[in-house]
Amino acid sequence: MNTTYLAAESGGLAVEASGFFLENVWIIPAIMAVSFAIILGFGKRMPRGGSEVGIAAVGVCFILALLTAGQWIGQVNEAANCTPKTCDYIEYSIDGVDHKGEAGYIPLDYEAYASDQAHAADDTHADDGESHDTDAEAHGDEDGDHSDDEAHAEDDDHSDEGAYPIDTNAGSPDGESASALTAFTEAEAGSTAAAAVAVVSERTWWSNGGINFTIGTMVDGLTVTLLVVVTLVSMLVHIYSTDYVAGDRRFTHYFGFLSLFTAAMLFFVTSANVLQMIVGWELVGVCSFALIGHWWEEQPNSDAALKAFLTNRVGDMGLLIGMIILFFASNEKWSIIDINAAAILGEGKGGTSHTMLLIASLCLLAAVMSKSGQFFLHTWLPDAMAGPTPVSALIHAATMVVAGVYLIARLYGVFFNGLSIGGSSINALAVIGAVTTLVGASLAFVQDDIKKVLAYSTISQLGYMTLALGVGAWTAAVFHLTTHALFKACLFLGAGSVSHAVHSFDMKKDMGGMRKFMPTTYKTFLIGSIALAGLPPLAGFWSKDEILAGTGGWGFFEGESHANGAYTIMLVMGMITAAMTAAYMTRVMYLTFFGEFRGGHHDDDHGHAAAGAHDDHAHHGDPHESGPRILWPLRILAGLAVVAGLMNLPKNFLGLPSGITLRFEHFVEPLAATGYFPKISHADPSWSLAIFSTLVVAGAVGVAYWYYFVKVNAQSPSATEMINGPTERSKLLKAGHTMLKNRYYLDHIYDSGAAVGAAGATAMGSIFGAAAGLTLGFSLDNGLDQALWSSLIWGMVLGLTVFTIVYLALRTGTGIASFTKRPLAYAANWVHENVIDAAVDEVGKNSVKTADALYKYIDQGVIDGSVNAAGRGSQGAGGELRRWSTGQVQQYATVMFAGATLLAGLLIIVL
Amino acid sequence: MYLVQFLLLSSILFCIGVYGVLARRNAVLVLMSIELILNAVNINLIAFGAFNGAQIPAEVFALFIIAVAAAEVGVGLALVLTIYRNSKSIDLHQVDLLKG
Repeated sequence: MNTTYLAAESGGLAVEASGFFLENVWIIPAIMAVSFAIILGFGKRMPRGGSEVGIAAVGVCFILALLTAGQWIGQVNEAANCTPKTCDYIEYSIDGVDHKGEAGYIPLDYEAYASDQAHAADDTHADDGESHDTDAEAHGDEDGDHSDDEAHAEDDDHSDEGAYPIDTNAGSPDGESASALTAFTEAEAGSTAAAAVAVVSERTWWSNGGINFTIGTMVDGLTVTLLVVVTLVSMLVHIYSTDYVAGDRRFTHYFGFLSLFTAAMLFFVTSANVLQMIVGWELVGVCSFALIGHWWEEQPNSDAALKAFLTNRVGDMGLLIGMIILFFASNEKWSIIDINAAAILGEGKGGTSHTMLLIASLCLLAAVMSKSGQFFLHTWLPDAMAGPTPVSALIHAATMVVAGVYLIARLYGVFFNGLSIGGSSINALAVIGAVTTLVGASLAFVQDDIKKVLAYSTISQLGYMTLALGVGAWTAAVFHLTTHALFKACLFLGAGSVSHAVHSFDMKKDMGGMRKFMPTTYKTFLIGSIALAGLPPLAGFWSKDEILAGTGGWGFFEGESHANGAYTIMLVMGMITAAMTAAYMTRVMYLTFFGEFRGGHHDDDHGHAAAGAHDDHAHHGDPHESGPRILWPLRILAGLAVVAGLMNLPKNFLGLPSGITLRFEHFVEPLAATGYFPKISHADPSWSLAIFSTLVVAGAVGVAYWYYFVKVNAQSPSATEMINGPTERSKLLKAGHTMLKNRYYLDHIYDSGAAVGAAGATAMGSIFGAAAGLTLGFSLDNGLDQALWSSLIWGMVLGLTVFTIVYLALRTGTGIASFTKRPLAYAANWVHENVIDAAVDEVGKNSVKTADALYKYIDQGVIDGSVNAAGRGSQGAGGELRRWSTGQVQQYATVMFAGATLLAGLLIIVL
Repeated sequence: MYLVQFLLLSSILFCIGVYGVLARRNAVLVLMSIELILNAVNINLIAFGAFNGAQIPAEVFALFIIAVAAAEVGVGLALVLTIYRNSKSIDLHQVDLLKG
């Protein structure tokens, strides 16, 4: 299989980016790792318990991240202004081997381009040659309308390359995604724009069997986005935490883990290959576990930590299997760029087969579901709120939980082609995202705990990002990731600030009217809420609207939208979620900041469970505003939540020049010309859609406002729900409310053990069967298809077997629960007592016997015997020899003379 | 004159010396016997030198030996004197502090 490809095959030119910070980005995670080591080693002896080290390190990292981002922006601009004289266009960026002279090699030297392609066409790459011919046509024809030329070139490209599953806009003008093709249309004008390729610096770690295991960094727009977001939020959370967890018994430990988490997350986002990604993925999981269980003395907290960790294990299984499939399927490559390039190249041209991509992306989707809290593996995320609030803001809202989204965005070639995102109207990724976003939003309605509302809101927004990736709106997803990180961190830190004052997270019991006591917290929380609800012009509006436009569903009403597909259902679900989001945030605003203060009645024990760190602050009277170390991060995040949306204004927005709109897309999204990113379409922004969604959001806010601020408040300023409200009067609504209160009974299913046992056993049987089949297929060297078949068969056989056993057990009347709880437990106990324990006992007894024998014979007999014999021998010899030592000089002299005489005699005889 | 005559003389002197060293109890006499042995060697050296016509005059070695012997006697007598002071005797049979 030949993974070599030419940048030109993807329809454009590419140049290598470079720069000190881009090439040495490893410094950033390394600083945080060193900070972790220092805090771990010396933190307790430092005046501020190690927090100063963490803050200094993350501050330096933030500056470095900004410099890296600046350098990247410079590189993209440089590439966009390329001329054949100033830039070295690269042929491709895959395996670093010089393919000059090989069959199919097409030099991309710009001048030589036109003449050489004829040879290439005559050679092996007949159809490639054609596509280049088309390019050359476009290149030569510079009189016509620009966008027409671009579209023309691209469409011809499309029809040539059957490897691309998307070909939705044939015959329609699409100026945006063809920006790489300006290469050919603008050449005469002197500028030949090119795509900046990710900067990869790698070292070989070890190699085995011809496979290089490298370790290194890969930096492109996506990486620098995450670098800046992670270091920014982490820095603010560090500062916030110095106040929030002040006086905690594990203060140093807390900051140590914050550093380790930041290091792991930065390591994850800068990974150059999927092996490193797995390492980073697991590391952030460990940190999440440790920080959720920060106050592990209380059982629920340690349970929540375990739940988070174990739920993530389920997905990690998928991650591992998916990565291994990708490794084999893409010609034994670990590198992200290679895997993506092979996936994009497609089966026909020696890339990865579509079936393998489909299986791998489904396996990876399992990992995404667990890490990014997608339905139905999201149940750990609300429980994870047991951790300190700054941790919830950093890990369980802004950064770690978006690792799954980042994974999809990073391996987008795999997902895009594997799930056939383009030109479709439904796929697994979009469905999971859409369902998650609805489930999360609906559950956020019935929570009394302010952090749980935000947790379900996070699930919902993560669903939005997944949905966006599922419909091909890559930039929208990453943009939403960025804006969401800012306003959700703001909301979480605001909730922490409130709970800092009232020592509780319970909105109904202990909050209300907080607006009077905490004006700054109130203002920042309000800004965050509006941003989350998605009202213009705050950050959430722009990213949400881009996602909704990206679904392509609005085209139904407005004609062609140039999206990747027609995901109308996703648009509807996203719109419903937007309405629900606005409504539940209004509810939170009312319950927390309006009405009458309901707290102040609790004893100290009450606040302890939720905000365990603060029991040393004796709290009396009315709650009061938090200190500056809490408020300043809030102000900064709220400010960013206002302006962040301006990073990616829609195209032609209010007639603004193209140098101002779509900046985020321009700098973050890789162009198809890089070879490792699929050719995706960009939906046109739609005024009607934006207005409609804003009206929907405003309407939802209005309804919720009427319910809480008017009806409930009229009942009593301290009331939290209406007496004899709709859920009391309508049986249907009451049933729905009960179901939401019970979180769709998912936890009940998981906790009953049996169902999990059955489902888990079936899933595990299938997964292991599939893995075994895959390994078998590969080891027999039968190629991918054979491996695939055997994995399918094995998976089905094992899955069916386990399912049959469980099913039969059910039919025999024992019931699921009693089956796993009674006979299985007894059987396990019997095996434990009679097999495992017996074996251990037997081993123990025999060990004692053997040891006795060893002592008696070997130790006492052989070893001690030989030592004693040596002693006795020396004693005897000494006794004999002492008689020779008389002290008589003359006797010695006699012996000496005798010896001398003897020697002299011998000398005479010998000579 | 034959070489063997000198060698005989020196062997006789050597044997007397050895006898003295091994058999006499008086430490001074032992020292004197050592002188005899050394002189026997001197006679040997000079005799060989005279008869074999060595390039370096053999007397040189003899003179060296006489010088060393003088030093040796000095040290030896000092030792004897010390022994006498400690044990009021110069009988070598009584000097057996190194007896095992």
